[in-house]
Amino acid sequence: MVCDVCKEGDAVVQLTQIEGTGVRLLHLCERCAAERGVETNASAPKPQISDFLQSVHQAMQATQGDAARCAFCSSTFRDFRSTGRLGCAHCYDAFEKSMRDLLRRVHGSSQHIGRKYESPASATLPDGGTANELRDRLKRAIESEQFELAADIRDRLRGME
Amino acid sequence: MLDLSLLPDGGVGWLDASGDHPDIVISTRIRLARNLEGYAFAGRARDGERLRILSQVQQAMSTMHEMHRGVLLRVDEMPPDDRLLLHERHLVSRELAGLDPQRPVRSGSAVYLTRGTSVMVNEEDHLRLQSLESGLRISEAFNNVLALDAELGDRVPYAFHNEFGFLTACPTNAGTGLRASVLIHLPGLVLTKEIAKVLAGLQQVGLTYRGLYGEGSEVVGNFFQISNQTTLGRSETELLDYLTRVVTHVIEREEEARKVLLRDAGYIIEDKLWRAYGTLRYARSLTFDEVMSYLSSVRLAVGLKLITDLSVYTLNKLLIFSQSAHLAHAEGRDLTTSEANIARAKYVRRILADDTGSTR
Repeated sequence: MVCDVCKEGDAVVQLTQIEGTGVRLLHLCERCAAERGVETNASAPKPQISDFLQSVHQAMQATQGDAARCAFCSSTFRDFRSTGRLGCAHCYDAFEKSMRDLLRRVHGSSQHIGRKYESPASATLPDGGTANELRDRLKRAIESEQFELAADIRDRLRGME
Repeated sequence: MLDLSLLPDGGVGWLDASGDHPDIVISTRIRLARNLEGYAFAGRARDGERLRILSQVQQAMSTMHEMHRGVLLRVDEMPPDDRLLLHERHLVSRELAGLDPQRPVRSGSAVYLTRGTSVMVNEEDHLRLQSLESGLRISEAFNNVLALDAELGDRVPYAFHNEFGFLTACPTNAGTGLRASVLIHLPGLVLTKEIAKVLAGLQQVGLTYRGLYGEGSEVVGNFFQISNQTTLGRSETELLDYLTRVVTHVIEREEEARKVLLRDAGYIIEDKLWRAYGTLRYARSLTFDEVMSYLSSVRLAVGLKLITDLSVYTLNKLLIFSQSAHLAHAEGRDLTTSEANIARAKYVRRILADDTGSTR
């Protein structure tokens, strides 16, 4: 079906206009629909992921260098800035000031007031979990060329073995 | 091939249209994001770490109350078709199913499914606990996921921070880790062009909306997922009460818009809705987007009581079972696009005819 207005484009929108007591049905192409302020799909401004990345960017400029690094997972603040994802739970402490600023921007507060949680006293890592965990950290430290940290982790592993 | 009939209630109990406002609200979903202490987050973790996370969760699950134990599906060991099938059924996220070619499925990806709740393992966060309910049932959904969370949190140590709360890979989820989403059908507001105002209003009050499949998905068939945007600085109860109030208001606006449509453009609306129904009843080839769009009209017609011999449950079922992977699953083979369109039209005709007790 062609557009009722320009008689050229394919009609993609059906516009029901209420005029006084009568009703008029218009078939419009995308362009003519847009000219009448009708959106061709029901969309408002896209969700705010870009706003979020902008906040990340601002938080970073305000406080911390890109090179700041988490000693547990070897992620840098630059990694976080480029992916929007932290490497591990310890990153929150490693980049504490930036994270606090960022959380305040995103949520309006950095203070959790929901359910409290305490780790179960009996929760243990599976057999050898700790040594495995150290081995993973060692590999990550070597991959990211953090040799001092790697040497430290290697010593701790030797101590365990 | 994955046999979904083995799952508790087929994983689709939430389609039964039993909750409040079933013709407008399809479902309520609440998820809690949790991570285990001692590992990098799933995106940063090595393969071995993710497998150890899974085994630690498996160990914990095996000692849990029977109703929370569920069926474990190893998503990382499934062929792509089965992963897509689980995703179409809203049982796993796109990320866990590894459906983006740039982000293939990761080792240790798994999901536990119970009646109404589930736990995704090694998604963006180590654990994504979810509860899915039919219609608008925010407090029921929350109580279910909370019970699961309490039991699991007693068995594995979650990463928790006194100031920042539950720690998550993306800081937008930190604090409560809670995201509550209401899947809602708003054709009245779309047809009266009120929708842009309503959606902009949502964003002003700290809520957000997405398409049918959550983050990053397009709005199709006038289905919107409304959810809380912030997760920190307010208690779980506050977040949920607030969402309930706003969603109730949106439902009222939708009901008003429907009245206006019937009053001011009655025959045009009726004609549009019956034409949509006619197409679904008799078309011989239908794309999924067409089905969504016509189903939206028919759903509105059922809500307005113009069509009285169709159940909302049937309409919900069509939303899920007319998707490509479900059709291929039913046919027992891969389908080309045109074969899928033909199979889809046939399936829709059959279900509508069965429900209304008429000939196909």
